Amino acid sequence: MSIATSSGRGGAGRRRLVHGVLPGFGLAMGWTVVWLSLIVLFPLVALAVKASGLGFGGFVKLLQDARVQAALELSFGAALIAALVNAVFGVLVAWVLTRYRFPGRALIDAAVDLPFALPTAVAGITLAALFAKTGWIGGLLAPLGIEVAYTRLGVVVALIFVGLPFVVRTVQPLLADLDREVEEAAATLGASRLTTVFRVLLPPLVPSILTGFTLAFARGVGEYGSIVFIAGNMPYLTEIAPLLIVIKLEEFDWVGATGIACVMLAISFSLLLVINLIQAHANRRS
Amino acid sequence: MEIRIRDLAKDFGDFPALFGVDLDIRSGELLALLGPSGSGKTTLLRILAGLEAPTWGRVFFGDEDASATSVRERRVGFVFQHYALFRHMTVADNIAFGLTVRPKAERPSRAEIARRVQELLDLVQLPDLARRYPSQLSGGQRQRVALARALAVEPRVLFLDEPFGALDAQVRKDLRKWLREIHDRTGYTTVFVTHDQDEALELADRVVVLNKGRIEQIGTPDEIYDAPASPFVFDFIGDASRIPVTVEHGGVVVDGRRLALPVEVLGQGAATLYVRPQHWTIGAPDAPGALAATVAGTRRHGVSRRLDTTLGDGRAVEIDVPPETRVAAGDRLSLLPTRWRLFFADGAAAAVAPVRDPGRVAAS
Repeated sequence: MSIATSSGRGGAGRRRLVHGVLPGFGLAMGWTVVWLSLIVLFPLVALAVKASGLGFGGFVKLLQDARVQAALELSFGAALIAALVNAVFGVLVAWVLTRYRFPGRALIDAAVDLPFALPTAVAGITLAALFAKTGWIGGLLAPLGIEVAYTRLGVVVALIFVGLPFVVRTVQPLLADLDREVEEAAATLGASRLTTVFRVLLPPLVPSILTGFTLAFARGVGEYGSIVFIAGNMPYLTEIAPLLIVIKLEEFDWVGATGIACVMLAISFSLLLVINLIQAHANRRS
Repeated sequence: MEIRIRDLAKDFGDFPALFGVDLDIRSGELLALLGPSGSGKTTLLRILAGLEAPTWGRVFFGDEDASATSVRERRVGFVFQHYALFRHMTVADNIAFGLTVRPKAERPSRAEIARRVQELLDLVQLPDLARRYPSQLSGGQRQRVALARALAVEPRVLFLDEPFGALDAQVRKDLRKWLREIHDRTGYTTVFVTHDQDEALELADRVVVLNKGRIEQIGTPDEIYDAPASPFVFDFIGDASRIPVTVEHGGVVVDGRRLALPVEVLGQGAATLYVRPQHWTIGAPDAPGALAATVAGTRRHGVSRRLDTTLGDGRAVEIDVPPETRVAAGDRLSLLPTRWRLFFADGAAAAVAPVRDPGRVAAS
């Protein structure tokens, strides 16, 4: 009785009411802010400060440079195409891995993560060797007039390779959770298999496909290691933006390098923002 | 739609889920498939709907052999235990789904579909929830939406798998009554699966009791409750006390004492006497031709008072008496069943005949 009264009226009791059930908000939030500042915000600010040496006129000039334009176009364009391809085939791979039981399934499941684990340079060299005119795959494609290695197509191929795990791994858990009964319900209501897939099974997956797509795209924009080996790196043609940054750095053009970096950052950030908004909208529906 | 099931069997690997099932479902009736888990009741329902293929046997919808047709072609309504609503669609889109997936030539116009959806929402008493998503509904509301969705395609038969299994007791009761009303109003032939005997007896026109993949008994709720055809049905439905007895010379003998029953039992050998708690008469202690029992305790049980008594061999017997009866723990009584069933060790029910020689019964 006396305990209840003191805790009910005392300062300590009242304070406990203000706190939520989850402990440690202050501490956790503090760490989050400090950590994000150190790891993400601080370098970004440093980048912006460095790039500001260009001045407004310098930025405009940089953007009007045809070589910079071509590199940015290639980096974002190839990343976009690769992410789209991965969105389609990643869902397919995840579908096969979760829906069917077959010998070697665990092996294939493990292989999906390989592009993650492999050093990107190794991937780049391997792909270049495979797709060169004398390589196993390049040799088959050459008679058809398709050249992959040392072309823009090669860039896309490399980005498809490194981006594959993202869509598979984001979609897989949701596919595994899909309720068999929902498909059966669609069938009893007269829906064909195709209608069931497109109107019942895929729509709930859209947010996770978007997440995977975004991750693959972001990875593709920044990818460097695997591309430089297969792209051929010809200015105006197969030179990606990150490579151009490296070249500028090697020429001790620090300001130019950070300028390109800032442009990439701005484009990436606005694209990610748009995708996140779409995703928030899709999530609200289900 | 009349459904006939002939010699149906289903194996899952080596496990026989159903065998030798013969059943006629009458047009317009509300039929319950009742059984414990693993009895094959859901498997039977899924085979009827075409969600599962039988290993053996045939299913006829009217005169048409449905065994060869797919789920889509059967035009049945199926309400799943966990509702299986499409969570990315609104309630209205869920209900309209069966109509919108039809090929263009058979698809009703947009206005017609909207009208039909509203009509069904009114029928399931959720007229204002068309724009909600399933995640915003309670369990009972989801169940109603699932039913409306199944009815939208005007199915030939309606199947419900454990329709109230995941709901609170009060919601269950309300929905039970409501389903009966909907059935009476729409007249659909309806088959539902349940493990809840109260639900089956209260709701259904006829009840099919399943056990280990076989039909134990088919009958009206009265027949099932008052005249169980097998020891299993007696045990599964309602409360009953089991007393091991011996059948000798047409009489039932317990502990060497012959019960004063007004009939003669045909057969011979060890048997089990099944009596429901409300089917006993209580007499003074040591009455001849009756069981001797001692009251171990009493408790309130619905409208009556239930006595826990023990026989001479320690076996427990439950008896329902009017609540005003004055009985206390430790009292000694004599018991005689008014209604009972007797099953021999092989599960066969003992037949009885009127007593030919009343004198002999009294003498024993």
